Amino acid sequence: MDGTSFASATRLVAEREIGSFVRMKGFWVGFGLLLVGLFALAVLPTVFGGGRSAVAAVGQEALAALRDADLEVREAADRAEAERLVRSEEVDAAVVAEGSGVRVVALSDPPVEVVAALRTAPPVDLLDPSEVGQGVRQLVIMAFAMVFMMFGMGGSAIAQSTVTEKQTRIVEILVATVPIRALLAGKIVGHALLTIGQVVVLAVAAPIALRLGGHEELLALVAPAIGWFVPFLVFGFVLLAAMWAVAGAAVSRQEDLGSSMGLVLLLTIGPYVAVMALSDNATAMAVLSYVPFSAAIAMPVRLFAQEAQAWEAVLSLGVLAGAVVLVVMLAARLYAGSLMHTGGKVGLAKAWNRGE
Amino acid sequence: MLKVSSISRSFGAHRVLDGVSFEVRPGRMTGFLGANGSGKTTTMRIVLGVLAAHGGEVTWDGAPITGAVRQRFGYMPEERGLYPKMKVGEQIAWLGQLHGLDRATARRNTDRLLADLELSQRAGDRLEELSLGNQQRAQVAAALVHDPLALILDEPFSGLDPIAVETVLGVLRERAANGVPVLFSSHQLSVVEQLCDDLVIISGGRIAASGERERLRAEHAAPRFQLVVDGDAGWLRDLAGVRVLDVDGPRAVFDLDGRTDQEVLRTALDRGAVRSFTPVVPSLDEIFKEVI
Repeated sequence: MDGTSFASATRLVAEREIGSFVRMKGFWVGFGLLLVGLFALAVLPTVFGGGRSAVAAVGQEALAALRDADLEVREAADRAEAERLVRSEEVDAAVVAEGSGVRVVALSDPPVEVVAALRTAPPVDLLDPSEVGQGVRQLVIMAFAMVFMMFGMGGSAIAQSTVTEKQTRIVEILVATVPIRALLAGKIVGHALLTIGQVVVLAVAAPIALRLGGHEELLALVAPAIGWFVPFLVFGFVLLAAMWAVAGAAVSRQEDLGSSMGLVLLLTIGPYVAVMALSDNATAMAVLSYVPFSAAIAMPVRLFAQEAQAWEAVLSLGVLAGAVVLVVMLAARLYAGSLMHTGGKVGLAKAWNRGE
Repeated sequence: MLKVSSISRSFGAHRVLDGVSFEVRPGRMTGFLGANGSGKTTTMRIVLGVLAAHGGEVTWDGAPITGAVRQRFGYMPEERGLYPKMKVGEQIAWLGQLHGLDRATARRNTDRLLADLELSQRAGDRLEELSLGNQQRAQVAAALVHDPLALILDEPFSGLDPIAVETVLGVLRERAANGVPVLFSSHQLSVVEQLCDDLVIISGGRIAASGERERLRAEHAAPRFQLVVDGDAGWLRDLAGVRVLDVDGPRAVFDLDGRTDQEVLRTALDRGAVRSFTPVVPSLDEIFKEVI
């Protein structure tokens, strides 16, 4: 028996964290819902919302007017038959020739799509055409921000697990057996691996979902951003994970966890809010894409919108990695300084001084 | 051998331990006695490295304890705790690995230990599903799974029913017989009395007495005897050189006060038959009250 090294202690702690996590039903239900939601978002609009409007046409003028429209056209003999089709809701509207023009007949609301198809739009020249529509862009930003926030919040499991160990007092045996820093490292590694596993599944599932939904062009644009999102998310997660661990170590009971996780909650939710609010402000987004906590969302979004070059992503990732090293080192000391404290909440300054 | 050398520790201005020194010898059960708040738990936590000493040191076989050595100690903290949602068998085996066993050995030791502690049938249950008594047995298993070099047990018998006490006692004795130093604290003096080979008595953060139980008894024994004769023993009251504590018909308890035990015995024989003449050894309770 040659004892447990730091590395094997870390591995054992990580294994236990992963093992106890993957046995929770809630974990699989949550992840399953996320996948279902992803597919639903990509596929359902095509299935349900994609059907073309049907329209009945009466007379040659009406048929000519509808020739280039993206509508399902049915010919009707006269206005009476067209009205019958409208009333029975077999078609959404009827277009009836009247004099030199046409008249539109509908049931209760003006049929916007049909009217738009009949209107002659002036030609438009775009000098700097955007490859993605504003709506799609917003949706993609939201998807990145949501996924990051979800995994960031998932880090709260580390705080839970730490405070459980304190509350049940098994921490006494753990600390007597292995270095405190190995406990912290094991927790971060375990939960980071869980997160990486889920992110990889999502990164594989997202292109499949987009292809199923027939969004090939969007996929071509989003794929590189997803590729960048994975490392950003992993580093960003570790950054938050270290802070979640400190939040857990600072209190002695589950009930008190709320009082210690304010800062880390802010740093998890704040970037989501900031990116969603400032996504149209190129300068603000550029700044956010280098700030470690928001970089994980802002940089992939800028890459997707083609506002950032690859070297910027590499640079931002480097800054993020540096921040991870720094924060983990600080967190290790705070964790060590507060883990054995029982009773009320441990202040950061006190934890710092006690952490050797 | 585990040796504690003049350790001290304060919490704020309050000095909890003051120059505490004692030894825990291999193969011996050492009882650690003291009132609540006397410093037992603090001492044990310092030995385990959970708490730092402000002075003094703890050595193992003459050298300061390293992390690798400490990892092979077995510890049962005063405040019990294991993972409530983890299965008992898995949990004990995991702790065995954390203490340095390989997976197969940890598994094997766990099975054997749970059988010894009559807990095998609950191995697949989550800890929180066990009765408190059985949780306590699981806690004992957690301290023993890695065949520890030394055992530090804080109140190992509190919360155990009498049958469980016997079971746990058997397991601990077996370890001690194999040469493991065992230090256990208790406030139940009768348990310690039956169980320990050596004693350490702490009071107000200082060691009040320590050493072999029998030697401590002898040291603290007043020259006290019990005499049983035929007839009434009341005549002892009138004998010079003895102080009679109690007379109850043919039975008398007295301290020598100038006369020797043989002189008293001879006098008694001169007066009639003597059924019994024995030195009275003080109970731990009496020693304890005397030293603290």
